[in-house]
Amino acid sequence: MTGGRSHDKPEYIRLGEADRSALFSSGLEYNPPARGMWNIVHTGMLVPGAHEIFACAQGCLRGVILTAAEMLTLDRMSWISVSESDMFDGTLESDIIDGVEDILGRIGKRPPVVLLYLSCIHLFAGVDFEEIIRELSARHPDITFVDCYMTPTMRKTVTPVMKMSSQIYGALKPLPLNRKAVGIVGCDRATDQDSELVRMIRNSGCEYRDIALCKSYEEYLGLAECYLNISCIPTGILAGEELEQRFGAKHLHLPARYDPEGLRENYRRLAEALEIECPDLSVEEAEAERALCEARQVIGDTPVAIDYTAVTRPFELGLLLIRHGFNVKYIIADTASGEEDPFDRLRAEAPDILVYSSVNVNMLDMPEREHERILAVGQKAAYYFSTDNFVDIVVNGGLYGFTGIRKLAELMREAALEPKDKRRLISHKGWGCASCLG
Amino acid sequence: MKNVSGIIPCYAADTSGVCSALYELGGMTVVHDASGCNSTYSTHDEPRWYDMRSNIFISALTELDAIMGNDEKLIEDTVSAANDRAPRFIAVCGSPMPMMTGVDFDAVAAEIESRSGIRTFALHTNGTRSYIEGASEAFLELVKEYARPCSKTEGGVAVLGLTPLDFPLGADKEIRRWLSENGFRCLSALAMGDDLGSVGALPAAELSLVVSQTGLAAAEYLKEEYGIPYVCGVPFGKEFAVHLAAYMKDIIKQNMGCSPVMEPCCGFEDADTVVIGEGFFAGSLTAALREDMNIKALPLCTLPAYGPFKSLIGGEISAEEDIKAFLEEKKPGTVIADPLFRYIVPKETRLIEVPHFAFSGRCFQRDMKNMINTDIKEYFK
Repeated sequence: MTGGRSHDKPEYIRLGEADRSALFSSGLEYNPPARGMWNIVHTGMLVPGAHEIFACAQGCLRGVILTAAEMLTLDRMSWISVSESDMFDGTLESDIIDGVEDILGRIGKRPPVVLLYLSCIHLFAGVDFEEIIRELSARHPDITFVDCYMTPTMRKTVTPVMKMSSQIYGALKPLPLNRKAVGIVGCDRATDQDSELVRMIRNSGCEYRDIALCKSYEEYLGLAECYLNISCIPTGILAGEELEQRFGAKHLHLPARYDPEGLRENYRRLAEALEIECPDLSVEEAEAERALCEARQVIGDTPVAIDYTAVTRPFELGLLLIRHGFNVKYIIADTASGEEDPFDRLRAEAPDILVYSSVNVNMLDMPEREHERILAVGQKAAYYFSTDNFVDIVVNGGLYGFTGIRKLAELMREAALEPKDKRRLISHKGWGCASCLG
Repeated sequence: MKNVSGIIPCYAADTSGVCSALYELGGMTVVHDASGCNSTYSTHDEPRWYDMRSNIFISALTELDAIMGNDEKLIEDTVSAANDRAPRFIAVCGSPMPMMTGVDFDAVAAEIESRSGIRTFALHTNGTRSYIEGASEAFLELVKEYARPCSKTEGGVAVLGLTPLDFPLGADKEIRRWLSENGFRCLSALAMGDDLGSVGALPAAELSLVVSQTGLAAAEYLKEEYGIPYVCGVPFGKEFAVHLAAYMKDIIKQNMGCSPVMEPCCGFEDADTVVIGEGFFAGSLTAALREDMNIKALPLCTLPAYGPFKSLIGGEISAEEDIKAFLEEKKPGTVIADPLFRYIVPKETRLIEVPHFAFSGRCFQRDMKNMINTDIKEYFK
């Protein structure tokens, strides 16, 4: 293999030698052409009827506007461009207020919600965002204005994705909590209806609510009734916590796990919160086991590469697969944050796995390197290891629990047997969203 | 308000212009911006990203480094990446946050060059201007840096201002073919299908052909430094392509100092057709429509315009409200423009869609038309 150790900043490291507190040293970054992950535009569009207004520099606007254009929602997006002088002439807040006024006059509709996004430079300049929201709300009492943030420079404090996953609930108004309504929050897509998680909620006599399922603004407002909100992915935690603070709805973080014991613990906690007896899920667990074995038979010793965009716990998935005889050779992840325990176990059980950075500059040549036939889980793994045999999901693809493991195993089996049109699929921006690219 | 848009997109920004201009030349371009911000360029402004590798990277600027003025990290990381990538040159450019903190990119470039031993230059983008400014500065810097005096090549032409932001992929081959068919020799086509080596030979050209505003500053530099005249225009259509080639020969023959303006680009005030887009594109298509199809058109440049072209192709009308007002006042029968202008073209006006990558990105890439030295009647009948 070329590259790696000979480089100033190696793009991969043997798992057995990896320090999970800092897998790779930071440096310049490359951006591979795998576009399935959602951004703050996609997430904002989950609010039914919302109109997004971005105020930022042209360079920042470009990406968000064309995200909307590609997903065929340009009619729900407007913008205010910010010039150099705007930042220093004392009109920071009034420029935005005037710009929003102008836009509301142009778009020929009264959206129930305006998601107003400011950028890094506004926050850096100390913009008074509260005053902007207050003023606009006073002028337009029929519209709810929500402060949103396109602040990638501040990503170490709070990531834009995590913040956006919370702000999409910003337009909710307090309602009496409904003991029969349970929400799953902070995820871009609805959780699989077959999953034990959703079935347990429904079987408890509760209604499962999710912003991804809301068809109308009224339905969206009904999310505030949920007496219990569950987050399943790390970027959804803030949403659950903030809803707990605002409305008193209990928040439960039940991460999408690939560890049977972890899942059983999740279900015990859920049953307790739902005040029901924890159901017997041994059938689902056995089906997951069987699916893994069947997939292993088909995939054989073909090396497997997992990337962090496909699943939120790539090291835990690696551990599960290793324990079922899969030849997991590669994991693409820049951090092991949040899965320290599975990382340590995997390191002990499979120290020869190579962990690749997703952004290291030397990954630029990765697709051209000589690769054996690889089965990839995730778009970035498919691209970097140059394989058409891949599972095309992002952020767990809505899968959860034993049913999720079963379905993922089935997807792996299918991927091994049927190559995909990699270029077309990974070029599609926002997995699951509409696209003008066809 | 001029800085507001209800629905139409903005053009690609200056940083994308830099990256696009330098993409194929074997250098390393570093945009000083936050992690992930490079996806705008690589997704929406760069159609070569999937198939052609280029060392275009982002510095992954953080809040702490911005506040603390930690330029050292940018310098160190760039030198480290240069060690791994061995680029032929390094270009560093800025974005909105470095604009706020006042990063001295010239000093940063000097430090990187000193430590890496690789020629490094700064490009002064801040993410608030259009790709025209960024690509223009990049081309100018390249020519200043690498062009060297050399003897003239008979019929030698330097094509300047060629990027996929303004031209479909393969346009370089069409222009080269057209030049060859007309007895010219293309010495360089900055910067598609070209390499850094050919930049050095630019002064051998007898003429520069400037195909977009992004090439104008470099052309003016070559004229001032090496006495190379330039002609602006794109050989759209058949008749106009012939006319343009003849015009270029005249310029060379008469040894004119500079003939910057193609006369047919002026447009017609009583035109019933408006061509919207980058200035040289709009002007050249206007000329081609007249010569090939006897259609009177008026170019409307919705991007910044410079030099002697400002009065001919506009550059003042770029805001959504102004473009809309212009069209409502003119009431043209036909507008030729990118498909995403459809939202502000009057209902009774026919829109002929000609995708412009710098405007709609990859949305309509599959529909981009090659109009160079080819019959355009089918497109505009």
